[in-house]
Amino acid sequence: MPTAFSKEAIGGVLARQGILVAFVFFIVGFTLANERFLDPDNVMGVIRSSAILGVMALGVTFVVISGNLDLSVGSMMSFSTIVVLDLHDKIGPGLAIPAMFAMTLALGAFIGFLVGYLKLNSLIVTLGMLSAIHGLTLTYSGGKNMDIDDKQGTWFSVFGQGEALGVPVPILVFALLAAVLGIMLAKTPFGRKVYAVGGNGTAATFSGIRRARVVFSCYIVSAFCVATAGLIQASRSLGSQNTVGQGLELEVLAAVILGGASLMGGAGTIFKTVIGVLILGFIQNGLLLMGLQFYVQYVVTWVIIILAVWLDIAAKRGRLWSPIA
Amino acid sequence: MQAGKLGSYLKRGAIWGFIVLELIFFSVAGEYLSLSDKAFMDAGNMLLLFKQSAPLGIIAMGMTIVMINGNIDLSVGAIFAMSAVILLDSMTWPVFAGLGDWVIPVAWLLALLTGIVLGAINGLIVWKTGVDAFIVTLGAMLGYRGLVFMYNGEQPTSHLNWTLVDFAEAQLLGLHTATWFLLLVTGAIWFLMNKTVHGRNAYAIGDNREAAVNAGIRVGPHMMINFMIIGFLAALSAVVFYSESGSVNPNDGELYELWIITAVVLGGTKLTGGAGSIISTFGGVLAIQLLRKGLAHIGADTSTVNLVIGLILISVLFLDKQLNVKAREELKT
Amino acid sequence: MSDQSPALRLEGIVKTFPGVRALDQVSFDVMPGEVHALMGENGAGKSTLMKVLGGIYQPDEGRIFVAEQPVVMTSPLQAKGEGIVFIHQELSLAAELTAAENIFLGELPRKSFGRVDWATLYAQTDEILGKLKVGFDARTRVGDLSVANQQMVEIARALTVDAKAVIFDEPTASLTDAEKVVLFDVIEDLKATGVGIIYISHRMEEIFRITDRISVLRDGQYRGTLTTAETSEDEITQRMIGRKLDLTRNASHHELGAVAIEVRNLSCGDLFEDVSFQVRSGEVVGFYGLVGAGRTEIAETLFGLRDPSAGEIVLNGEEVRINSPAEAIEKGISLVPEDRKDQGLVLGMNCRDNMTLPQVSDLTAGPFVSDGAEIAIFDQYRDKLDIRTPGWRQTVGNLSGGNQQKIVIGKWLSMHPNVLIVDEPTRGIDVGSKSEIHKLIRELASQGYAVIVISSEMPEVLHVSDRIIAMFNGRITRTFASEEVTEDNLIQAISGLGTESVA
Repeated sequence: MPTAFSKEAIGGVLARQGILVAFVFFIVGFTLANERFLDPDNVMGVIRSSAILGVMALGVTFVVISGNLDLSVGSMMSFSTIVVLDLHDKIGPGLAIPAMFAMTLALGAFIGFLVGYLKLNSLIVTLGMLSAIHGLTLTYSGGKNMDIDDKQGTWFSVFGQGEALGVPVPILVFALLAAVLGIMLAKTPFGRKVYAVGGNGTAATFSGIRRARVVFSCYIVSAFCVATAGLIQASRSLGSQNTVGQGLELEVLAAVILGGASLMGGAGTIFKTVIGVLILGFIQNGLLLMGLQFYVQYVVTWVIIILAVWLDIAAKRGRLWSPIA
Repeated sequence: MQAGKLGSYLKRGAIWGFIVLELIFFSVAGEYLSLSDKAFMDAGNMLLLFKQSAPLGIIAMGMTIVMINGNIDLSVGAIFAMSAVILLDSMTWPVFAGLGDWVIPVAWLLALLTGIVLGAINGLIVWKTGVDAFIVTLGAMLGYRGLVFMYNGEQPTSHLNWTLVDFAEAQLLGLHTATWFLLLVTGAIWFLMNKTVHGRNAYAIGDNREAAVNAGIRVGPHMMINFMIIGFLAALSAVVFYSESGSVNPNDGELYELWIITAVVLGGTKLTGGAGSIISTFGGVLAIQLLRKGLAHIGADTSTVNLVIGLILISVLFLDKQLNVKAREELKT
Repeated sequence: MSDQSPALRLEGIVKTFPGVRALDQVSFDVMPGEVHALMGENGAGKSTLMKVLGGIYQPDEGRIFVAEQPVVMTSPLQAKGEGIVFIHQELSLAAELTAAENIFLGELPRKSFGRVDWATLYAQTDEILGKLKVGFDARTRVGDLSVANQQMVEIARALTVDAKAVIFDEPTASLTDAEKVVLFDVIEDLKATGVGIIYISHRMEEIFRITDRISVLRDGQYRGTLTTAETSEDEITQRMIGRKLDLTRNASHHELGAVAIEVRNLSCGDLFEDVSFQVRSGEVVGFYGLVGAGRTEIAETLFGLRDPSAGEIVLNGEEVRINSPAEAIEKGISLVPEDRKDQGLVLGMNCRDNMTLPQVSDLTAGPFVSDGAEIAIFDQYRDKLDIRTPGWRQTVGNLSGGNQQKIVIGKWLSMHPNVLIVDEPTRGIDVGSKSEIHKLIRELASQGYAVIVISSEMPEVLHVSDRIIAMFNGRITRTFASEEVTEDNLIQAISGLGTESVA
């Protein structure tokens, strides 16, 4: 007999709030294993190193809730980083930043046009853009690493290395962006439309929502987040390889899925994505503090992602094992 | 009905037309731009093309059947790397010290087994949990890669066995060993998908899963077998490639899934399952390799290759959509 | 016939869903070599009954006998194993595979090494296709076949198993007249082999042409079995509807306003042609016709979901172009769509958010959605429409069909449209909610809305409409004032009979 759990059962609660439960579980576990884990410096360090991934995950959350995917954020982030570093020395940071944002948003607009207005499959489009933007970055940089000439004398480093009120700027940016986008998604008409389009695109259209415009806007939000992440990355290191964002798209997606956003669209929140990002960060940190290899986190992430999604759909279908014969 | 038929023939032939276009373009452009004096369509160059297509091509065959089945596998790059590590490392295990060159088949077997097991894990999870294959294999991509790194840290795993290198570099009837493997795999998978009950059922499952279930086809085992096959092929690809190179970096195989999916989609396999052809995937693999070689031939660098391939992938998707539009039948939703 | 035992017999089948008794003590039998019609209005329980027979639903009570052996259907596969074969309205075929592979799906003959035994497969298939006298062979790709021929592939599937009973669900819905003739021949042949056939259709003419007996369902209850040769359309209709129709009840007693919407010579490809009508404020106009007659497509065109190929739409005296639902809504047109779950609601969203979705951009305080304004609208329409839900936070997917439909209606009423189009307002809804919704539609008219009701249920159309427009094959065949309509002339008008006399 399949294990059946009713909606009231503990299993259901576990599955619905599973991500929070898992989070608490990990925190307690790691704290017991190593008292340094909850040390404020350590916590700050974890959040700080998660900030870039986190900022990107905020944007991808919009895209995923609207029922699409964005696999191009990694190579788009490389692009932003390289462009802003290059322009920094050419036109100065004051102009470089808006110029880089404009170029990144243009890429986002292109993807949004293809997926929103031309209704092309987002997986393939963003897979293609992953490759194409990578090529664009290489062409732009001529394949060379990009470095700022005068690393000491620029205020540009403030985004990645500065502190305000004792908190590192990347954390502030992440927190601020999370708050703004969280409110945008939860409280504004646009946010409501994102959920509607992802939950049932046909019904959204039948309700007079301009679906293409909503999808387009989600990719714009995503590109904005990517540009911000690129800014932090560039500012932190003041120099970069062309491949700095490579592979990040999948970690970002992992964080978003871990946060409970459904790949089918229509479900997820910014708050949960932040939790997903933090879980990834704390797992990585906790395992390191326990003296395990860095790479164990990959395996643990794998197990957690599958368990999280599994429990989620198990609660929805009311049985643990799939009905596939 | 005739229009539909014509459309499907057109689509099936499209990839070969594309290859011909590439050949003409690069031959002509090469005359004016080429950095070397050699013609592009030189026989040696073309033979090399096949050999270089092999590592991705072998895995692409597996991806085709998984996608026809209605799933996807993002973890092939990691399986490729893990199998390669096992292949090279196992030859140095003390247990096999007394075997001499007989260690080769043993190492091959272990590497292939690794691929099959990793594929089976994916398949079993997809089957038993009902979690979408995209998520399962996305997780596995991270997890399996983690295993590779845990095995040997960031160090490359190296072992050169000269018997093996000789074998890998051998040519039979003018074709390299790798090419033979690619052709054999293509033939075998073609046979599997077109001539066997398993293959036909895989099509049916991808095309109309409910109908397949109602007809008593056991969807789960079929999906699991296909994941095992793609795992096996990822391992086989590693065996072919690393027998020659003898050294594997833990990052090897990254982004393979991207190239492979591109080749498969170029070959006309539908993301939604149910449709796709092994021969066209073969064409897709050749087309991509040809593009890389061709662009290099006319002096373009890797950046242009990436750019062009990305844009071609999107264009193909766009054209496919345009061809399938039923203007007045569909709602403007 | 009488000395044989039934091929299929149902005894006291009961199936309840939360709030609805979908099947209530249904019993009838099908003899070998008999074509047995199953009739009833939409929502009478036919499709639920078929799902019980097919093993998709488990009945709460009652038993099923195949060849007088009691069986329990647990899955479609098992139903097939017992010899119950379905020819579905929505075909369940794999388009990329050949006819032969589809016919023997799941049972492909094997050779060594798991190979398909193509020779046997094609030989067996061609033999079956030969019996059916179809014009294609075993190797044809199913995706290249016409709908009629795809249906033949499904029928051929029935011939591969030892079928005791074959169930045809609205098989002629998308067939041409010539194709229908072929289908009826095939059914005759099947009948001759001693198979019992259940034939589900709304089309009287077909029922009288090919069936032997007719069982009628109404509101989930069994309303008796009639012998086709000894009954009449009247008798069947009366059993289906349960009363003599009261045709005069609903003419408007209030003054009609100005023309709210006028459509002139509107066409959309071959979906509908040369359609002209007008609807005044305060008037309910019913569109009646068979599935596929073009009614829904007209609604979709008025709502901006299709581009007309010719003709004009005039709103309040002004010619307009409507390119999207958003534009339609701006111009005061609202559509309660046919398919509640796919088109009407975002099932995962809560009640309030669904109801306010079209106007969420206007319900703001500063940049934010105003909770208070939304809840006010929800409360207003919950009370007005008597929507039963624990609260606005309830996920819409958890409500009953009737309450879901009221949410959709509330959604559009709260937009105060000039023209309200309601497509199949009571599909899949229990009887109580049905009459509430009918009452509501009448009230809307008296408040001055121009209402278009599309329905496949004759009593519904008669009950709510001031005028009825009958459609057949993409054209308007006749417009009736409420007092001139009779059951007969309405049925004639929608089945293409006697069109020449009216025009």
